[in-house]
Amino acid sequence: MNLARRDIQHNIGRFVLTTFGVGLLLMLVMGMGGIYRGLVQDATLLVDRLAADLWVVQKDTRGPFAEISRIPGNLEDRVLAVPGVLSSNAFVSHTMQRERNGKPLRITVQGLSWPQDKGDWLPIVAGHALGQAHYEMLADESLKLSLSEKIKFGKDFYTVIGLTRAMTSPSGDGMAFFTLGDAQSIQFDTSGEAIRLERSARYARAQNIDLGQTQPQTVERALGPASQIPALGPPLVSAVIVKVKPAFNPEQVQSIIAKWPDVSVYSTQKQRQFLVGGIVERSRRQLGLFRMLLIIVSAIIMALILYTLTLDKLHDIAMLKLIGAKNGVILGLILQQALLLGILAYGVAYLVGHWLFPLFPRRVVLISDDLWLLAGIVIVVSIISCVFGIAKALTVEPNEVLA
Amino acid sequence: MKLNSDNPATLKAENLTKVYGSGHTEVVAVRNVSLAVSRGEIVALLGPSGAGKSTLLALLGLIRPPNTGRITIDETVVFENHEAKVNVRTFRRKKFGFVFQKANLIPFLTAAENVRLAMEIDDQPAKVSKRRAMELLDYLGVAERAENLPSQLSGGEQQRVAVARALANRPSLILADEPTAAIDSVRGRQVMELFAKVAHEQNAGVIVVTHDHRALDVFDRTLEMEDGQLRESST
Repeated sequence: MNLARRDIQHNIGRFVLTTFGVGLLLMLVMGMGGIYRGLVQDATLLVDRLAADLWVVQKDTRGPFAEISRIPGNLEDRVLAVPGVLSSNAFVSHTMQRERNGKPLRITVQGLSWPQDKGDWLPIVAGHALGQAHYEMLADESLKLSLSEKIKFGKDFYTVIGLTRAMTSPSGDGMAFFTLGDAQSIQFDTSGEAIRLERSARYARAQNIDLGQTQPQTVERALGPASQIPALGPPLVSAVIVKVKPAFNPEQVQSIIAKWPDVSVYSTQKQRQFLVGGIVERSRRQLGLFRMLLIIVSAIIMALILYTLTLDKLHDIAMLKLIGAKNGVILGLILQQALLLGILAYGVAYLVGHWLFPLFPRRVVLISDDLWLLAGIVIVVSIISCVFGIAKALTVEPNEVLA
Repeated sequence: MKLNSDNPATLKAENLTKVYGSGHTEVVAVRNVSLAVSRGEIVALLGPSGAGKSTLLALLGLIRPPNTGRITIDETVVFENHEAKVNVRTFRRKKFGFVFQKANLIPFLTAAENVRLAMEIDDQPAKVSKRRAMELLDYLGVAERAENLPSQLSGGEQQRVAVARALANRPSLILADEPTAAIDSVRGRQVMELFAKVAHEQNAGVIVVTHDHRALDVFDRTLEMEDGQLRESST
């Protein structure tokens, strides 16, 4: 006969409510861990997906995610000429905030090196990859845009031709993928008036220099689009991502590019370190502290509950002692209830969490290692929590039945 | 100290003294008490409130240690002064049955489970304990209430289940502390008769602490306590 089970059956309502309450607390602990894992995954998502061997960024910066990096777009060609490089693609990333249906819409814009990269490596859940050089976009479903929807960025309309899943930036904003040119157009979009003013200023400067006076064609070009002026160069990009040929060691290629005085080059592992160590580290510590506090609070609450449950049974425990029950019977009664409470509360945390976490604004990622660790902690906490109850039960004298 | 001439003493208490407190708060609850009870004998322990009856019962039931004196159960010395000579909890489990004013049944167990509990904590197999619990409940006339929780039983039924639990491990001695105080006089007499029946049929020594003088005819002997001292009653 299992005394713990029979006692629980007798007070099933109270036990269920208690279990549910402790379960919600454990769900918070579980959620904190999940939020941290979500932060790490969000931070490293694109780096992992791109699977580049090397990242070439502005000299002495930790770009393009941990800080801003600006390098000339033609660096892509210079990198491609390095022995051992299989491919090099310009990478553009920036975040913008627009308004949609009266609500702020934050988008992290990613430029893909069209036509080599059409975005077919992305987790597309609806629609298809980019099919033309301009005015198409792939949007993450977290942005809540619909297929075929047209959105105006700058002076142009872009059509959502595909939806991706779980592609968010380190700050949790949904990503949208454009061709590199479009991404740059969106990034460097300026009003017509600003362009006119810039062109006139350019024209005035050209007229006042010797070159302008001796070569009138140059002055005329100053009034045209910036892309048609060779001296101005192409627009800047955030980074160049490099893939190394299988026969080559990425470190060899890295050592060559690292000698260039205008750029820094990092491995993907280093890039991940910048993201996790920089962007996520403080959040990790904060969440870790909260998690620890919640575990302590849960342990105290569980101890109080188990102690109260034991106090309610002191007379019965005294009776058990009087009729000669061994301490093991009494310990078993309390310990089994504690473990059952802990295990069932953990189950509640898991089930409610699975239902609730997807509704959170940021991703909550539950990984099995964390879940097992928490399960272990819950069992240890359950055992520790019933120590006070057991101590009380062991001090009860059988003569209390006579009182 | 008187013994039933047919049976050897299952309980022997010699010169028991129990003192509570010390100095000016000292109270001698039991003073130099000796008695013996044999199997099959039912003994009433009478006396006014505060006479020391319940304390004596606690000493005899190995619930509290005496300050001085010796307690022998089935020829084993259990207490020599305040020192326990055996594991008293195991001894209680194997040798004693207890019944109190309140039935003190475990509220989350059915009547049958309350009886089985006494046997299962003595490591008896579940099959054996189930059968004996039903036999005892049947013997005491509450078999039809076997699956009811204590809260679903009347006071008299609860007491019968408590008696069944006390008998579960075939004890040498049953100690009852005012078992009829919470029930009416008719049922009270029935319970006293039940104890007499148990003593004679189950061959257990029974000591009943009682205030109820109306059912004294069922007892083999009557002892009276006053100011912690015991004397044979002529009642």
